[in-house]
Amino acid sequence: MTPSQAINGALRKVPAWTIYIGIAAWVVWLFYLGLTGGLGVEPINALEREYGALGLKLLILGLLVTPLRKWTGVNLIKFRRAIGVTSFFMILAHFLVWAVLDVQTFARVWMEIVKRPYVTVGMVAFVLLIPLAATSNNLSVRRLGAARWRKLHKLTYPAAILGGVHYLWLVKGFQIEPIIYLIVILGLVATRYTSIGWRRQAV
Amino acid sequence: MAYRWSNDLTRADITPKSAFLNRRQILVGTVGLGAIGLVGSAAQAQTLEPNTLEEITSYNNFYEFGTGKTDPAQNAGALVTSPWSIKVDGMVDNPGDYGLADLLDGLTVEDRIYRFRCVEAWSMVVPWNGIELADILNKVGVQSGAKYVAFETVVQPENMVGVQRRVLDFPYVEGLRLDEAMHPLTLMATGIYDEPLANQSGAPIRLVVPWKYGFKSIKSIVRITLTDEEPPTSWNKVSAREYGFYSNVNPQVDHPRWSQATERKIGGGLFASRQDTLMFNGYAEVAGLYEGMDLSEFF
Repeated sequence: MTPSQAINGALRKVPAWTIYIGIAAWVVWLFYLGLTGGLGVEPINALEREYGALGLKLLILGLLVTPLRKWTGVNLIKFRRAIGVTSFFMILAHFLVWAVLDVQTFARVWMEIVKRPYVTVGMVAFVLLIPLAATSNNLSVRRLGAARWRKLHKLTYPAAILGGVHYLWLVKGFQIEPIIYLIVILGLVATRYTSIGWRRQAV
Repeated sequence: MAYRWSNDLTRADITPKSAFLNRRQILVGTVGLGAIGLVGSAAQAQTLEPNTLEEITSYNNFYEFGTGKTDPAQNAGALVTSPWSIKVDGMVDNPGDYGLADLLDGLTVEDRIYRFRCVEAWSMVVPWNGIELADILNKVGVQSGAKYVAFETVVQPENMVGVQRRVLDFPYVEGLRLDEAMHPLTLMATGIYDEPLANQSGAPIRLVVPWKYGFKSIKSIVRITLTDEEPPTSWNKVSAREYGFYSNVNPQVDHPRWSQATERKIGGGLFASRQDTLMFNGYAEVAGLYEGMDLSEFF
């Protein structure tokens, strides 16, 4: 048995809903830490960053599913919907913490979105994810038809790229982490349009 | 200087929370002002309540020790602060390498409770102990042609993880116009709450300019240079569009990244509300330094 077969075999026993439960528990746990001093003396900013960072990581993980299968044979396809939907909810939580707890008034939220390019970019990425979250169910796949549904869900590519740009733009000075994130995102999107992503491999 | 700023406020003078809460109730009962007026008076009272030492020393920007807010508290322990010498050079009568104790010998250490406003739109109130920069400059003798003071932070690459990562063009440098430097509010802090500065707070000696954004208040200083030209400053070198030489706290001049109209005082928890940012961070007595200057041009 190859390692990828072993991994696939082990994953077969793990239901996809564990992702929803795990992520939801983590969101609640972090909020609890924020309430009780576990996130330091400025919990609003800490919570905002934690939620945003996990949202971006989940987006990247979603983009990784197809290339991972093609390159290694490891098949995470049954988790992909849960990964995508939870990434949307993480980014929604990130937005809500920013808008409600941090910026606090509607007028200021609107000003920030309009005036600050890094906020605008993040906001566009979030808006792009809304139709994807809304159609992440079997009924929508049937209604739209598989081809149109798949075409619509290619919006994850620009959303992920804009998310990476948002992260890179908001940090100050020369910081390596957001650069790595953006390179990984661009690389994963590039696999969709170059031959390296389409190498046939027996699973 | 024409006058010496006399600090007649001590921690004992701070309005206790219970007292100003009572005053709010009196206001409600007798004057019956609208909610806006009440919020205003409460915010004013609140801004003078010092943050705890734990708050002050666990939420810092000190990029030599990493870019996260808790990185300096975690990493700054490696900084070697003793022995410490400061090079004083440029247009001074008595240049040289001064041991810290020698430089400060005979000068008065004062308590100064100042608002501290970060350009990232958060703030604290810090009970500093320190020496007026003017006293130090008078001691070394400023020559008549000098117009600016330049400062430099220590670089200990082996002890500073952020220096290894080249987050900024180190050493960190800052500067003031000579009249700003000589202003009695401008402090060289050596302690907080009567304890020596924590390394993450800029031990053993740092600048405090309470009417400017926090990044002007350079930490762990090893060099002071008197010059006749405006010196380069670290964040201005990163982005001149975002960080001007003056960087006075000014709610009317927006920063490309953060609105400067409001701020959030550290320590209010998850549901802390924002308060209005005050011109010059509430230190209106410095307005005369900038008379006739367009502060949106010289931001």
